[in-house]
Amino acid sequence: MGKETSLITSSVGQKLLMALSGFFLCSFLLLHLTINLFLFGRDGGATFDTYAEFMATYPLIRPLEIVLFAGFLLHAFVGTVLWVANRRARPVRYAVTKPGETSTLASRVAFITGAFVFVFLVVHVNTFFVTSRFFPTGATMFHMVRDAFRNPWYDAFYIAALGFLGYHLKHGFASAFQTLGLRNTRYENLIDAVSVIFWLLIPVCFAAIPLYFLWLS
Amino acid sequence: MSGTMTISLKVWRQRDSDSEGRFVDYVLSDVSPDMSFLEMLDLLNLELVRKGDDAIAFDHDCREGICGTCSLYINGRAHGPLKGVTACQLHMRTFHDGESITVEPWRAKPFPIIKDLVVDRSAFDRIMAAGGFVSVHTGGAPDANTILIAKETAEEAMDAAACIGCGACVAACKNGSAMLFVAAKVSQLALLPQGQAERKARVEAMLAQMDAEGFGACSNTYACEAECPKQISVSHIARLNREYLRAKLA
Ligand code: FES
Repeated sequence: MGKETSLITSSVGQKLLMALSGFFLCSFLLLHLTINLFLFGRDGGATFDTYAEFMATYPLIRPLEIVLFAGFLLHAFVGTVLWVANRRARPVRYAVTKPGETSTLASRVAFITGAFVFVFLVVHVNTFFVTSRFFPTGATMFHMVRDAFRNPWYDAFYIAALGFLGYHLKHGFASAFQTLGLRNTRYENLIDAVSVIFWLLIPVCFAAIPLYFLWLS
Repeated sequence: MSGTMTISLKVWRQRDSDSEGRFVDYVLSDVSPDMSFLEMLDLLNLELVRKGDDAIAFDHDCREGICGTCSLYINGRAHGPLKGVTACQLHMRTFHDGESITVEPWRAKPFPIIKDLVVDRSAFDRIMAAGGFVSVHTGGAPDANTILIAKETAEEAMDAAACIGCGACVAACKNGSAMLFVAAKVSQLALLPQGQAERKARVEAMLAQMDAEGFGACSNTYACEAECPKQISVSHIARLNREYLRAKLA
Protein backbone atom coordinates (compact mmCIF):
# COMPACT_ATOMS: atom_id res chain seq x y z
CA MET A 1 0.00 0.00 0.00
CA GLY A 2 2.72 2.44 -0.88
CA LYS A 3 0.99 4.55 -3.47
CA GLU A 4 0.06 8.11 -2.63
CA THR A 5 -2.07 10.66 -4.36
CA SER A 6 -1.71 14.40 -4.66
CA LEU A 7 -4.51 16.70 -3.58
CA ILE A 8 -3.99 18.75 -6.73
CA THR A 9 -3.90 16.02 -9.36
CA SER A 10 -6.02 13.20 -7.93
CA SER A 11 -9.64 13.06 -9.02
CA VAL A 12 -10.94 13.22 -5.45
CA GLY A 13 -8.53 16.05 -4.63
CA GLN A 14 -9.75 18.01 -7.63
CA LYS A 15 -13.33 17.47 -6.59
CA LEU A 16 -12.42 18.84 -3.16
CA LEU A 17 -11.01 21.93 -4.85
CA MET A 18 -14.28 22.28 -6.76
CA ALA A 19 -16.33 21.98 -3.59
CA LEU A 20 -14.26 24.43 -1.56
CA SER A 21 -14.00 27.03 -4.34
CA GLY A 22 -17.73 26.54 -5.01
CA PHE A 23 -18.60 27.30 -1.38
CA PHE A 24 -16.34 30.33 -1.48
CA LEU A 25 -18.11 31.62 -4.58
CA CYS A 26 -21.49 30.97 -2.93
CA SER A 27 -20.44 33.11 0.02
CA PHE A 28 -19.56 35.91 -2.40
CA LEU A 29 -22.94 35.55 -4.09
CA LEU A 30 -24.62 36.12 -0.73
CA LEU A 31 -22.54 39.25 -0.08
CA HIS A 32 -23.17 40.53 -3.59
CA LEU A 33 -26.92 40.10 -3.21
CA THR A 34 -26.94 41.79 0.19
CA ILE A 35 -25.39 44.91 -1.30
CA ASN A 36 -27.59 44.75 -4.40
CA LEU A 37 -30.72 44.75 -2.26
CA PHE A 38 -29.92 48.40 -1.43
CA LEU A 39 -30.81 49.16 -5.04
CA PHE A 40 -34.43 48.83 -3.92
CA GLY A 41 -33.94 51.58 -1.35
CA ARG A 42 -36.00 54.71 -1.90
CA ASP A 43 -32.99 56.98 -1.56
CA GLY A 44 -32.01 57.37 -5.21
CA GLY A 45 -29.24 54.84 -4.75
CA ALA A 46 -27.41 56.76 -2.00
CA THR A 47 -26.83 53.75 0.30
CA PHE A 48 -25.98 51.49 -2.61
CA ASP A 49 -23.45 54.00 -3.89
CA THR A 50 -21.88 54.29 -0.45
CA TYR A 51 -21.25 50.54 -0.46
CA ALA A 52 -20.05 50.63 -4.06
CA GLU A 53 -17.68 53.44 -3.15
CA PHE A 54 -16.44 51.50 -0.14
CA MET A 55 -15.84 48.39 -2.25
CA ALA A 56 -13.99 50.43 -4.85
CA THR A 57 -11.76 52.38 -2.51
CA TYR A 58 -11.19 50.50 0.75
CA PRO A 59 -7.61 49.12 0.57
CA LEU A 60 -8.40 45.73 2.15
CA ILE A 61 -10.86 44.95 -0.64
CA ARG A 62 -8.06 44.80 -3.27
CA PRO A 63 -6.48 41.54 -2.06
CA LEU A 64 -9.97 40.08 -1.55
CA GLU A 65 -10.82 40.91 -5.15
CA ILE A 66 -7.75 39.05 -6.32
CA VAL A 67 -8.67 36.05 -4.16
CA LEU A 68 -12.18 36.17 -5.60
CA PHE A 69 -10.95 36.22 -9.19
CA ALA A 70 -8.52 33.42 -8.40
CA GLY A 71 -11.42 31.45 -6.89
CA PHE A 72 -13.48 31.89 -10.05
CA LEU A 73 -10.64 30.93 -12.32
CA LEU A 74 -9.71 27.92 -10.18
CA HIS A 75 -13.32 26.68 -10.17
CA ALA A 76 -13.63 27.11 -13.95
CA PHE A 77 -10.20 25.65 -14.70
CA VAL A 78 -10.41 22.57 -12.46
CA GLY A 79 -14.00 22.02 -13.64
CA THR A 80 -12.79 21.95 -17.23
CA VAL A 81 -9.89 19.64 -16.41
CA LEU A 82 -12.32 17.21 -14.75
CA TRP A 83 -14.80 17.46 -17.59
CA VAL A 84 -12.13 16.58 -20.15
CA ALA A 85 -10.85 13.67 -18.04
CA ASN A 86 -14.39 12.41 -17.46
CA ARG A 87 -15.18 12.41 -21.16
CA ARG A 88 -11.96 10.56 -21.89
CA ALA A 89 -13.06 7.79 -19.54
CA ARG A 90 -15.81 6.86 -22.01
CA PRO A 91 -14.41 7.24 -25.53
CA VAL A 92 -17.13 5.06 -27.10
CA ARG A 93 -20.66 6.15 -26.19
CA TYR A 94 -23.63 3.87 -25.71
CA ALA A 95 -26.11 3.56 -28.57
CA VAL A 96 -28.98 3.51 -26.08
CA THR A 97 -28.69 4.97 -22.63
CA LYS A 98 -31.27 5.91 -20.05
CA PRO A 99 -30.18 7.79 -16.97
CA GLY A 100 -31.08 6.16 -13.68
CA GLU A 101 -33.91 7.69 -11.70
CA THR A 102 -31.66 8.90 -8.92
CA SER A 103 -29.55 11.10 -11.17
CA THR A 104 -30.87 14.57 -11.93
CA LEU A 105 -30.52 16.50 -15.15
CA ALA A 106 -28.94 19.38 -13.21
CA SER A 107 -26.14 17.06 -12.10
CA ARG A 108 -25.47 15.80 -15.61
CA VAL A 109 -25.30 19.23 -17.24
CA ALA A 110 -23.37 21.06 -14.51
CA PHE A 111 -20.44 21.70 -16.81
CA ILE A 112 -22.65 23.20 -19.51
CA THR A 113 -24.57 25.44 -17.09
CA GLY A 114 -21.22 26.44 -15.59
CA ALA A 115 -19.88 27.37 -19.03
CA PHE A 116 -22.88 29.65 -19.63
CA VAL A 117 -22.36 31.29 -16.25
CA PHE A 118 -18.71 31.84 -17.14
CA VAL A 119 -19.64 33.63 -20.39
CA PHE A 120 -22.14 35.73 -18.47
CA LEU A 121 -19.53 36.67 -15.88
CA VAL A 122 -17.14 37.93 -18.54
CA VAL A 123 -19.85 40.26 -19.87
CA HIS A 124 -21.09 41.17 -16.38
CA VAL A 125 -17.66 42.02 -14.98
CA ASN A 126 -16.98 44.08 -18.09
CA THR A 127 -20.25 46.01 -17.85
CA PHE A 128 -19.88 47.07 -14.24
CA PHE A 129 -16.55 46.28 -12.65
CA VAL A 130 -14.13 47.00 -15.50
CA THR A 131 -15.97 50.11 -16.64
CA SER A 132 -16.25 51.66 -13.19
CA ARG A 133 -12.73 50.74 -12.11
CA PHE A 134 -10.68 51.39 -15.23
CA PHE A 135 -12.78 53.57 -17.53
CA PRO A 136 -14.87 55.72 -15.18
CA THR A 137 -17.48 57.81 -16.95
CA GLY A 138 -18.35 59.83 -13.89
CA ALA A 139 -21.67 58.00 -13.50
CA THR A 140 -22.34 56.53 -10.07
CA MET A 141 -22.69 52.77 -9.78
CA PHE A 142 -26.41 53.19 -9.17
CA HIS A 143 -26.80 55.07 -12.44
CA MET A 144 -24.73 52.51 -14.31
CA VAL A 145 -26.95 49.73 -13.00
CA ARG A 146 -30.12 51.64 -13.74
CA ASP A 147 -29.05 52.47 -17.29
CA ALA A 148 -27.89 48.95 -18.05
CA PHE A 149 -31.12 47.42 -16.79
CA ARG A 150 -33.29 49.80 -18.82
CA ASN A 151 -32.25 47.78 -21.84
CA PRO A 152 -34.66 44.83 -22.05
CA TRP A 153 -32.19 42.77 -24.09
CA TYR A 154 -29.58 43.09 -21.39
CA ASP A 155 -32.22 42.14 -18.84
CA ALA A 156 -33.21 39.06 -20.79
CA PHE A 157 -29.57 38.01 -20.98
CA TYR A 158 -29.10 38.71 -17.28
CA ILE A 159 -32.16 36.73 -16.22
CA ALA A 160 -31.32 33.82 -18.51
CA ALA A 161 -27.83 33.72 -17.00
CA LEU A 162 -29.37 33.63 -13.51
CA GLY A 163 -31.46 30.69 -14.67
CA PHE A 164 -28.26 28.86 -15.60
CA LEU A 165 -26.64 29.89 -12.33
CA GLY A 166 -29.62 28.59 -10.36
CA TYR A 167 -29.57 25.30 -12.23
CA HIS A 168 -25.82 25.05 -11.73
CA LEU A 169 -26.25 25.54 -7.99
CA LYS A 170 -29.20 23.15 -7.83
CA HIS A 171 -26.60 20.45 -8.32
CA GLY A 172 -23.45 22.18 -7.12
CA PHE A 173 -24.38 23.33 -3.65
CA ALA A 174 -25.66 20.01 -2.32
CA SER A 175 -23.04 18.10 -4.29
CA ALA A 176 -20.22 19.97 -2.55
CA PHE A 177 -21.37 18.53 0.78
CA GLN A 178 -21.14 15.03 -0.66
CA THR A 179 -17.63 15.73 -1.95
CA LEU A 180 -16.56 17.01 1.45
CA GLY A 181 -17.96 13.84 2.98
CA LEU A 182 -20.59 15.75 4.93
CA ARG A 183 -23.68 14.38 3.27
CA ASN A 184 -25.38 11.50 5.02
CA THR A 185 -28.94 10.54 5.80
CA ARG A 186 -28.99 12.60 8.98
CA TYR A 187 -28.16 15.91 7.28
CA GLU A 188 -29.59 15.22 3.83
CA ASN A 189 -32.84 17.14 4.35
CA LEU A 190 -31.11 20.09 6.00
CA ILE A 191 -28.60 20.35 3.15
CA ASP A 192 -31.38 20.18 0.57
CA ALA A 193 -33.32 22.90 2.40
CA VAL A 194 -30.34 25.27 2.55
CA SER A 195 -29.63 24.41 -1.06
CA VAL A 196 -33.00 25.91 -2.07
CA ILE A 197 -31.83 29.27 -0.71
CA PHE A 198 -28.85 29.18 -3.03
CA TRP A 199 -30.31 27.76 -6.19
CA LEU A 200 -33.75 29.37 -6.07
CA LEU A 201 -34.07 32.25 -3.64
CA ILE A 202 -30.82 34.05 -4.42
CA PRO A 203 -31.15 33.91 -8.24
CA VAL A 204 -34.81 35.04 -7.97
CA CYS A 205 -33.78 38.03 -5.82
CA PHE A 206 -31.06 38.94 -8.32
CA ALA A 207 -33.54 38.61 -11.19
CA ALA A 208 -35.95 40.97 -9.45
CA ILE A 209 -33.46 43.83 -9.83
CA PRO A 210 -33.56 44.28 -13.65
CA LEU A 211 -37.32 43.78 -13.60
CA TYR A 212 -37.61 46.52 -10.99
CA PHE A 213 -35.60 48.98 -13.09
CA LEU A 214 -37.49 48.04 -16.22
CA TRP A 215 -40.75 48.68 -14.40
CA LEU A 216 -39.49 52.03 -13.05
CA SER A 217 -38.41 53.31 -16.46
CA MET B 1 -45.25 -23.98 -27.75
CA SER B 2 -47.78 -21.70 -26.14
CA GLY B 3 -46.90 -18.66 -24.08
CA THR B 4 -43.55 -18.10 -25.69
CA MET B 5 -42.25 -14.76 -26.88
CA THR B 6 -40.51 -13.51 -29.97
CA ILE B 7 -37.98 -10.74 -29.49
CA SER B 8 -35.74 -8.66 -31.70
CA LEU B 9 -32.21 -8.19 -30.50
CA LYS B 10 -29.57 -5.68 -31.44
CA VAL B 11 -26.32 -7.06 -30.11
CA TRP B 12 -22.86 -5.51 -30.14
CA ARG B 13 -20.48 -7.83 -31.97
CA GLN B 14 -16.75 -7.24 -31.93
CA ARG B 15 -14.19 -9.83 -32.95
CA ASP B 16 -11.45 -8.69 -30.55
CA SER B 17 -10.14 -5.61 -28.78
CA ASP B 18 -8.45 -4.29 -31.92
CA SER B 19 -11.35 -4.76 -34.34
CA GLU B 20 -14.16 -2.36 -35.08
CA GLY B 21 -17.43 -3.46 -33.56
CA ARG B 22 -20.97 -3.12 -34.85
CA PHE B 23 -24.53 -3.96 -33.95
CA VAL B 24 -26.05 -7.11 -35.44
CA ASP B 25 -29.81 -7.69 -35.49
CA TYR B 26 -31.31 -11.03 -34.52
CA VAL B 27 -34.88 -12.22 -34.18
CA LEU B 28 -35.39 -14.98 -31.65
CA SER B 29 -38.62 -16.91 -31.22
CA ASP B 30 -39.68 -19.56 -28.71
CA VAL B 31 -38.33 -17.52 -25.82
CA SER B 32 -39.90 -18.66 -22.57
CA PRO B 33 -40.87 -15.82 -20.21
CA ASP B 34 -39.28 -17.86 -17.42
CA MET B 35 -35.86 -17.83 -19.01
CA SER B 36 -33.23 -15.58 -17.57
CA PHE B 37 -31.69 -13.03 -19.90
CA LEU B 38 -28.57 -15.17 -20.13
CA GLU B 39 -30.56 -18.31 -20.92
CA MET B 40 -32.17 -16.36 -23.73
CA LEU B 41 -28.68 -15.57 -25.03
CA ASP B 42 -27.79 -19.27 -24.67
CA LEU B 43 -30.77 -20.10 -26.87
CA LEU B 44 -29.66 -17.56 -29.44
CA ASN B 45 -26.12 -18.94 -29.35
CA LEU B 46 -27.43 -22.46 -29.91
CA GLU B 47 -29.12 -21.23 -33.06
CA LEU B 48 -26.04 -19.36 -34.19
CA VAL B 49 -23.79 -22.37 -33.65
CA ARG B 50 -26.25 -24.62 -35.50
CA LYS B 51 -26.04 -22.24 -38.42
CA GLY B 52 -22.25 -22.32 -38.24
CA ASP B 53 -22.01 -18.75 -36.93
CA ASP B 54 -19.79 -17.53 -34.14
CA ALA B 55 -21.56 -17.59 -30.76
CA ILE B 56 -22.00 -14.27 -28.95
CA ALA B 57 -19.42 -13.98 -26.19
CA PHE B 58 -20.81 -12.77 -22.86
CA ASP B 59 -19.56 -13.09 -19.31
CA HIS B 60 -21.30 -15.25 -16.72
CA ASP B 61 -20.48 -17.57 -13.88
CA CYS B 62 -22.78 -18.12 -10.92
CA ARG B 63 -26.02 -17.11 -12.65
CA GLU B 64 -27.51 -16.45 -9.26
CA GLY B 65 -26.60 -12.83 -8.74
CA ILE B 66 -23.66 -13.24 -6.41
CA CYS B 67 -20.46 -13.35 -8.43
CA GLY B 68 -20.64 -10.12 -10.40
CA THR B 69 -19.44 -11.67 -13.64
CA CYS B 70 -22.42 -10.92 -15.86
CA SER B 71 -22.16 -7.46 -17.32
CA LEU B 72 -24.70 -6.45 -19.94
CA TYR B 73 -25.97 -3.00 -20.78
CA ILE B 74 -29.57 -3.79 -21.72
CA ASN B 75 -31.82 -1.19 -23.32
CA GLY B 76 -29.76 1.67 -21.95
CA ARG B 77 -29.43 0.37 -18.38
CA ALA B 78 -26.68 -1.56 -16.65
CA HIS B 79 -28.08 -5.08 -15.93
CA GLY B 80 -31.36 -4.06 -17.59
CA PRO B 81 -34.48 -2.30 -16.42
CA LEU B 82 -35.02 -3.82 -12.95
CA LYS B 83 -33.68 -2.37 -9.72
CA GLY B 84 -31.27 -4.39 -7.61
CA VAL B 85 -30.96 -7.21 -10.10
CA THR B 86 -28.03 -8.60 -12.10
CA ALA B 87 -28.47 -9.53 -15.76
CA CYS B 88 -28.41 -13.23 -14.84
CA GLN B 89 -31.36 -12.73 -12.51
CA LEU B 90 -33.34 -10.72 -15.02
CA HIS B 91 -36.14 -12.76 -16.55
CA MET B 92 -37.62 -12.48 -19.99
CA ARG B 93 -41.04 -11.87 -18.48
CA THR B 94 -39.77 -8.36 -17.75
CA PHE B 95 -39.99 -7.72 -21.50
CA HIS B 96 -43.02 -7.97 -23.70
CA ASP B 97 -43.61 -10.13 -26.72
CA GLY B 98 -42.17 -8.50 -29.83
CA GLU B 99 -39.97 -6.08 -27.88
CA SER B 100 -36.68 -5.01 -29.39
CA ILE B 101 -33.76 -5.12 -26.98
CA THR B 102 -30.36 -3.49 -27.44
CA VAL B 103 -27.48 -5.26 -25.72
CA GLU B 104 -24.15 -3.49 -25.31
CA PRO B 105 -21.00 -4.18 -23.34
CA TRP B 106 -19.94 -1.96 -20.39
CA ARG B 107 -18.37 1.06 -22.02
CA ALA B 108 -15.42 2.67 -20.26
CA LYS B 109 -11.82 3.21 -21.27
CA PRO B 110 -10.48 1.18 -18.33
CA PHE B 111 -12.78 -1.73 -19.37
CA PRO B 112 -11.55 -2.59 -22.88
CA ILE B 113 -13.67 -5.00 -24.90
CA ILE B 114 -12.16 -8.46 -25.23
CA LYS B 115 -14.86 -9.85 -27.53
CA ASP B 116 -18.50 -8.96 -28.21
CA LEU B 117 -20.05 -8.26 -24.80
CA VAL B 118 -17.06 -9.35 -22.69
CA VAL B 119 -14.94 -6.59 -21.20
CA ASP B 120 -11.68 -6.78 -19.30
CA ARG B 121 -12.38 -5.70 -15.72
CA SER B 122 -8.93 -6.46 -14.35
CA ALA B 123 -8.64 -2.75 -13.52
CA PHE B 124 -10.86 -3.59 -10.53
CA ASP B 125 -8.50 -6.40 -9.53
CA ARG B 126 -5.57 -3.99 -9.64
CA ILE B 127 -7.45 -1.51 -7.44
CA MET B 128 -8.11 -4.33 -4.97
CA ALA B 129 -4.49 -5.44 -5.15
CA ALA B 130 -3.43 -1.87 -4.35
CA GLY B 131 -5.16 -1.83 -0.97
CA GLY B 132 -8.44 -3.72 -0.75
CA PHE B 133 -7.18 -6.15 1.88
CA VAL B 134 -5.90 -6.44 5.42
CA SER B 135 -2.25 -7.44 5.60
CA VAL B 136 -1.57 -6.90 9.28
CA HIS B 137 -1.82 -9.90 11.57
CA THR B 138 -5.29 -9.93 13.09
CA GLY B 139 -4.91 -13.25 14.87
CA GLY B 140 -7.20 -16.25 14.74
CA ALA B 141 -10.97 -16.07 14.91
CA PRO B 142 -11.71 -14.42 18.29
CA ASP B 143 -14.33 -15.64 20.69
CA ALA B 144 -17.73 -14.11 20.17
CA ASN B 145 -18.16 -10.67 21.73
CA THR B 146 -14.49 -10.14 22.50
CA ILE B 147 -14.38 -7.41 19.85
CA LEU B 148 -17.50 -5.33 20.23
CA ILE B 149 -18.94 -3.72 17.13
CA ALA B 150 -22.16 -1.75 17.23
CA LYS B 151 -24.94 -3.44 15.32
CA GLU B 152 -25.42 -0.41 13.03
CA THR B 153 -21.72 -0.33 12.19
CA ALA B 154 -21.66 -4.04 11.42
CA GLU B 155 -24.76 -3.61 9.23
CA GLU B 156 -23.20 -0.75 7.35
CA ALA B 157 -19.96 -2.64 6.78
CA MET B 158 -22.05 -5.56 5.56
CA ASP B 159 -23.97 -3.31 3.15
CA ALA B 160 -20.66 -2.17 1.66
CA ALA B 161 -19.36 -5.74 1.58
CA ALA B 162 -22.35 -6.70 -0.59
CA CYS B 163 -20.51 -5.17 -3.58
CA ILE B 164 -19.86 -7.94 -6.10
CA GLY B 165 -17.50 -5.84 -8.22
CA CYS B 166 -19.55 -6.22 -11.38
CA GLY B 167 -18.74 -2.72 -12.66
CA ALA B 168 -22.34 -1.59 -13.21
CA CYS B 169 -21.46 1.65 -11.39
CA VAL B 170 -18.75 2.38 -13.96
CA ALA B 171 -21.05 1.38 -16.80
CA ALA B 172 -23.89 3.61 -15.58
CA CYS B 173 -21.81 6.66 -14.69
CA LYS B 174 -21.56 9.29 -17.41
CA ASN B 175 -17.93 9.72 -16.37
CA GLY B 176 -17.09 6.03 -16.23
CA SER B 177 -16.23 6.59 -12.58
CA ALA B 178 -15.40 3.70 -10.26
CA MET B 179 -16.09 5.68 -7.09
CA LEU B 180 -18.97 3.53 -5.85
CA PHE B 181 -16.87 0.37 -6.18
CA VAL B 182 -13.84 1.89 -4.45
CA ALA B 183 -16.09 3.51 -1.85
CA ALA B 184 -17.71 0.17 -1.00
CA LYS B 185 -14.34 -1.50 -0.51
CA VAL B 186 -12.77 1.36 1.47
CA SER B 187 -15.91 1.84 3.55
CA GLN B 188 -16.23 -1.81 4.48
CA LEU B 189 -12.74 -1.97 5.93
CA ALA B 190 -12.78 1.53 7.43
CA LEU B 191 -15.80 0.53 9.52
CA LEU B 192 -14.29 -2.63 10.98
CA PRO B 193 -11.55 -2.97 13.62
CA GLN B 194 -9.39 -5.16 11.37
CA GLY B 195 -9.18 -2.38 8.79
CA GLN B 196 -7.90 0.34 11.13
CA ALA B 197 -4.15 -0.25 10.95
CA GLU B 198 -3.97 0.41 7.21
CA ARG B 199 -6.88 2.82 6.99
CA LYS B 200 -4.99 5.83 5.65
CA ALA B 201 -2.65 3.94 3.35
CA ARG B 202 -5.57 1.96 1.92
CA VAL B 203 -7.64 4.91 0.75
CA GLU B 204 -4.58 6.59 -0.74
CA ALA B 205 -3.41 3.49 -2.58
CA MET B 206 -6.81 2.47 -3.92
CA LEU B 207 -7.61 5.98 -5.15
CA ALA B 208 -4.18 6.30 -6.76
CA GLN B 209 -4.77 3.06 -8.63
CA MET B 210 -8.30 4.13 -9.59
CA ASP B 211 -6.92 7.30 -11.17
CA ALA B 212 -4.05 5.43 -12.83
CA GLU B 213 -6.53 3.10 -14.52
CA GLY B 214 -8.24 6.08 -16.17
CA PHE B 215 -11.66 6.00 -14.47
CA GLY B 216 -13.47 9.34 -14.42
CA ALA B 217 -14.12 11.49 -11.35
CA CYS B 218 -17.37 11.44 -9.39
CA SER B 219 -19.80 14.20 -10.43
CA ASN B 220 -22.28 13.16 -7.73
CA THR B 221 -24.98 12.39 -10.28
CA TYR B 222 -25.76 9.25 -8.25
CA ALA B 223 -26.54 7.23 -11.39
CA CYS B 224 -24.44 4.42 -9.93
CA GLU B 225 -26.67 3.92 -6.91
CA ALA B 226 -29.71 3.36 -9.12
CA GLU B 227 -27.96 0.74 -11.25
CA CYS B 228 -26.01 -1.12 -8.57
CA PRO B 229 -27.48 -4.64 -8.35
CA LYS B 230 -26.60 -4.67 -4.65
CA GLN B 231 -28.01 -1.18 -4.12
CA ILE B 232 -24.88 0.15 -2.49
CA SER B 233 -25.63 3.66 -1.23
CA VAL B 234 -23.71 6.73 -2.37
CA SER B 235 -23.30 7.55 1.33
CA HIS B 236 -20.30 5.23 1.07
CA ILE B 237 -18.84 7.68 -1.46
CA ALA B 238 -19.24 10.44 1.13
CA ARG B 239 -17.38 8.19 3.56
CA LEU B 240 -14.64 7.58 0.98
CA ASN B 241 -14.27 11.35 0.59
CA ARG B 242 -14.07 11.68 4.38
CA GLU B 243 -11.50 8.90 4.57
CA TYR B 244 -9.43 10.66 1.93
CA LEU B 245 -9.58 14.01 3.75
CA ARG B 246 -8.68 12.22 6.96
CA ALA B 247 -5.70 10.55 5.30
CA LYS B 248 -4.51 13.84 3.87
CA LEU B 249 -5.13 16.16 6.81
CA ALA B 250 -5.17 14.14 10.00
S1 FES C 1 -23.44 -14.47 -13.37
FE1 FES C 1 -22.87 -14.22 -11.30
S2 FES C 1 -23.88 -12.35 -10.81
FE2 FES C 1 -24.61 -12.74 -12.79
